[in-house]
Amino acid sequence: MSFRDNPFGEVRLPLLLGAAAAALVALVVAFALLMVDRRQTYQTGAYNALRKASDGVVAPVTGAVAAPVRWAGGVGEGIGGYFFAVSENRRLKAELAAAQAWREKAVALADENARYRALLGLAVDPPVPMVTGRAVSESRGPYANTRLVNVGSDRGVRVGHPVLSENGLVGRVVGVSPRVSRVLMLTDAASRTPVMIQRTRARAILTGDGGWAPELAYLRGQDAAREGDLVLTSGDGGVLPRGITVGRVVRGVDGGWRVRLASDAAPVDFVRVLLFEDFVKLEDLRVLNRPSPPPPPTPTPRAEPPAAATTPAGQPRGAVP
Amino acid sequence: MTAVARPLRVSRWVGGPLLAALAVSLLLAAPIRLVGLPLPEPVTLMVPAFAWAMIRPAASPALALLLGGLVLDGLWGAPAGLWAISLLAAYLPLLALRNILAGQSPVVLWVWYGLACLMAQSVGWLITAWISGAPPSLAAAGLQWLATVLLFPVAALLIEHFRDADVRFR
Repeated sequence: MSFRDNPFGEVRLPLLLGAAAAALVALVVAFALLMVDRRQTYQTGAYNALRKASDGVVAPVTGAVAAPVRWAGGVGEGIGGYFFAVSENRRLKAELAAAQAWREKAVALADENARYRALLGLAVDPPVPMVTGRAVSESRGPYANTRLVNVGSDRGVRVGHPVLSENGLVGRVVGVSPRVSRVLMLTDAASRTPVMIQRTRARAILTGDGGWAPELAYLRGQDAAREGDLVLTSGDGGVLPRGITVGRVVRGVDGGWRVRLASDAAPVDFVRVLLFEDFVKLEDLRVLNRPSPPPPPTPTPRAEPPAAATTPAGQPRGAVP
Repeated sequence: MTAVARPLRVSRWVGGPLLAALAVSLLLAAPIRLVGLPLPEPVTLMVPAFAWAMIRPAASPALALLLGGLVLDGLWGAPAGLWAISLLAAYLPLLALRNILAGQSPVVLWVWYGLACLMAQSVGWLITAWISGAPPSLAAAGLQWLATVLLFPVAALLIEHFRDADVRFR
């Protein structure tokens, strides 16, 4: 009997059954892992050793793969910069002239703000320290939108820290290993971010769905949003600092309000991780009741000419209050 | 025993394609934009999953899909088990239908491959909707499905290469 006579004809069914049984066992194991991982997702410090190890392997490999492309892009930009230097110079001069006017206005506003804060005794937010890293890997699929950045717990990064590009908010850290952190993007289906519309101060929850423009959920009020409105973080819940640029409101194809992310304006390459501490996670809540530091010193009033002497209330003489 | 009659090793028809698919996924995870567009993110493991079901029934592909799916979850930051379940959910019906699919033309097989990819995407969509509490974008899922379906020629090559590689299964 030759092999062509199919001597294994009788064993075909058991083979198929064996394969199906193995697939079913694998399916059960995978489901059990999903249950365990899902339960851990919402626990602090649940970024298990396996994920840390895989992130540690993935980050250098993808970083090495991306390096030649970045290098080629840099060379291309250099060549373009050389040939378009004159027009670039002209454009930059125009921008600089426009910025000079804005600078003077900004200095005057900053001075005025400082005086108001001093008068009101307002406690201002302290500056938030930050570390800069580079995105070395990304997933762009419908079910997971994450990035690996090459700064980790050795640089002070912790779970929950917000991540920004030069254009706006990118996401927040959901996993940390010594040299690498995993960032959950605003577009991820698991991402929920408290935001507000700058024009109306209307609050909403930015809800990712794996698409390019996350949805503005729970937006309330009449005329709460319009096309092109600026969206900022609201700071509600203390998870993120208030006032970080998120994007602009756009109308989705489903008729709902969505946000075109500001961070999509350019490739997310270098990112800043704000080492922002969420007061919700404070272990010792008594620190919140400690006396606040003294207000900043009142700026010394400018010497005014005698003719323009002001009243004690700060009003120029003759002015209508 | 001649070279022709030598049985096909699991490392060749399962291990090699598994590693190749994972390597391609790893490369495509690099944060690169070409002509302003990000790289596509196909589910590369669907290629060997379809080919393995067509080549022969065995226990090793199921274990390979479990392992590969878990690696994909780690690479993409998805919940552990999501892609293993999705891939196995597509692989199991293919196993059941392999006698019907055997000998079909490449175009027909491409259609079946597309349906298998749709099955995997649907399961992934349902699991994500269940876990996150909000339905993922259908457009994003559709784009990933399309990128995966376009990889069928690689699956056809694998089937062609390994289907008759072991004389015991001719």
